[in-house]
Amino acid sequence: MDKTLVKKIQSNPNYIELVSKRTSFAIKLGVFVLAMFYSFILVIAFNKELLGTKLSEAGVMTWAFPVAAGIIVISFITTLIYVNRANGEFEDLTDAVREDVKDDL
Amino acid sequence: MRLLALLGLTAVAVFAAGESLGLEASRKELNIPAIVMFFIFVGATLGITYWAAQKTKTASDFYTAGGGITGFQNGMAIAGDYMSAASFLGLSGLVYLQGYDGLVYAVGFLVGWPVILFLMAEKLRNLGKFTFADIAAYRLGQKEIRTLAAFGSISVVTLYLIAQMVGSGKLIQVLFGLPYEYAVILVGIMMIIYVTFGGMLATTWVQIIKAVLLLSGVTFMGFMILSNFGFSFEALAQKAVDTHAWGQDIMAPSDKGKIKDPISAISLGLALMLGTAGLPHVLMRFFTVGNAKEARKSVVYATAFIGYFYLVIAVVGLGAIVYLTPEVSPEFFVDGKLFGGGNMAAIHLSKVVGGDIFLGFISAVAFATILAVVSGLTLAGASAISHDIYSNVICKGNADSEKEMRVSKISVIVIGVVGVILGIAFEKQNIAFMVGLAFAIAASANFPILFLSIYWSKLTTRGAFIGGFIGLITAVLLVILGPVVWVGVLHNAEPIFPYAYPALFSVTTAFVSIWFFSITDNSQRAKDEIEAYEAQSVRSETGFGADGASGH
Repeated sequence: MDKTLVKKIQSNPNYIELVSKRTSFAIKLGVFVLAMFYSFILVIAFNKELLGTKLSEAGVMTWAFPVAAGIIVISFITTLIYVNRANGEFEDLTDAVREDVKDDL
Repeated sequence: MRLLALLGLTAVAVFAAGESLGLEASRKELNIPAIVMFFIFVGATLGITYWAAQKTKTASDFYTAGGGITGFQNGMAIAGDYMSAASFLGLSGLVYLQGYDGLVYAVGFLVGWPVILFLMAEKLRNLGKFTFADIAAYRLGQKEIRTLAAFGSISVVTLYLIAQMVGSGKLIQVLFGLPYEYAVILVGIMMIIYVTFGGMLATTWVQIIKAVLLLSGVTFMGFMILSNFGFSFEALAQKAVDTHAWGQDIMAPSDKGKIKDPISAISLGLALMLGTAGLPHVLMRFFTVGNAKEARKSVVYATAFIGYFYLVIAVVGLGAIVYLTPEVSPEFFVDGKLFGGGNMAAIHLSKVVGGDIFLGFISAVAFATILAVVSGLTLAGASAISHDIYSNVICKGNADSEKEMRVSKISVIVIGVVGVILGIAFEKQNIAFMVGLAFAIAASANFPILFLSIYWSKLTTRGAFIGGFIGLITAVLLVILGPVVWVGVLHNAEPIFPYAYPALFSVTTAFVSIWFFSITDNSQRAKDEIEAYEAQSVRSETGFGADGASGH
């Protein structure tokens, strides 16, 4: 890919839209998952008892189990959300950029 | 089929050798039905694999998007990579020994996925490069990056290999009653034969078949366990708390296990999260699917399968606590200890819930898994030595292919021997924990360079090379000087480095050194490399210009 083509793609409005939308979306989701996981790790690091709190006085079940299951399920859901948007909107924008510069590729 | 016969012969030969030497091999009676089932299932798995591999070969070229692999299948294969013996045997064993701590690993292994998908996978796929060395060498110096990548791969492969060797050695020990050392040697020989004769069989199909079998197997185990407790997880947990020596402490992260202090917890979290992205065999899976849409879908499927698997493993682990005690099931205990150690909890439990036939099935699936993973790892290690170091660096790209092949074959044998020796040395370690260490090295040596080469325009060859080696050496040294190797394997009284998990220190060191040696690099070459970032960046966003990976 030569420099003029790089410049041309970089100034293409569809490309700018694609990069800014996808980057901010990916960062938002990424930060969300990392923050969720790292809060979990920090609780383990500094306050294990919190996760050991029982759901009900009578039983043995603690918050730790639903929290772990919740993180697994939420990780899956964020993956699903990302892929839905990437396979629709972002894919369309990529195609639009390709259409715009197809003579130079 | 010749491969099968060879494997079978080796097994019989080594087994007979053990017998004829009059070794006190077995302290337990041989479980003939389970062994017969074991051979039938291992044979069938290898047979199907062989058949499928033949078919794939003729269908179309595997990596250039022939369309043979759908998103669903690829998701299954990714899950198969993940559900290695280490996850299955190691995580269930960890829950069995330390309760909830095992789940912390499970959560960490899974969370790596969305992070890779959001921040890395898309760009790597668009670049059309799928090994760590190829990506980092896209705009940086081939020679330096390949040397670094080779050493990084060998370190990660070695630790991963140890985990698998311990798992399979224990499995053979338990099933055939061989002494552990003989079992590991047997596995080592089988591994070398498998790689030499059938290395090409280790394709996507192995992982798909294995993933299906393993998912069905653990589902059955989980179902049987829960059915005894009226399908109440609470009732199962209640019984586990009553049975386990730690009591209520198994229901939450505990100070009694390895994650006892804040540093260990933070460090482990970092390794699990970032290590996934540094594992080369996982990155490659994004390229086995024809187009980007299917590749993304495969991640959704994979995350679902892996998440489900880990949730069931929690049930299996708690079930093991309940059913595997010297009082309830004395047949699994030798001198008051679980035969084969905690890593074998899932194997013994399979006999409790499904009898000898199911035991044979689960052992066979676990063993076939290990063989596939181990051969993949050995091939990766051997190609790092023969292709990256010997051919590209020592011979500067002029090695003739015959010599390269010979170096590769010798490497396989060397890696096999090293694997056996280390497998014996690390006998007592939990294998999920060992995988955690492999992740720590991947997170320190591979991840920073991968990440910075995509996101940081000012990364230079010098920064990547010097900083990468500093990160790698720090990680390896801290593992050796830490409690696992220094105390557990080398039997010193006190570790020099007090923490079992090095990632917090080694990842930080790696990032800081790469940054420092990049920004202080004022050479012309560095300027060219920085300039090349623009083109790389456009390609990584769009996929334009990448061979076969754009998928249109």
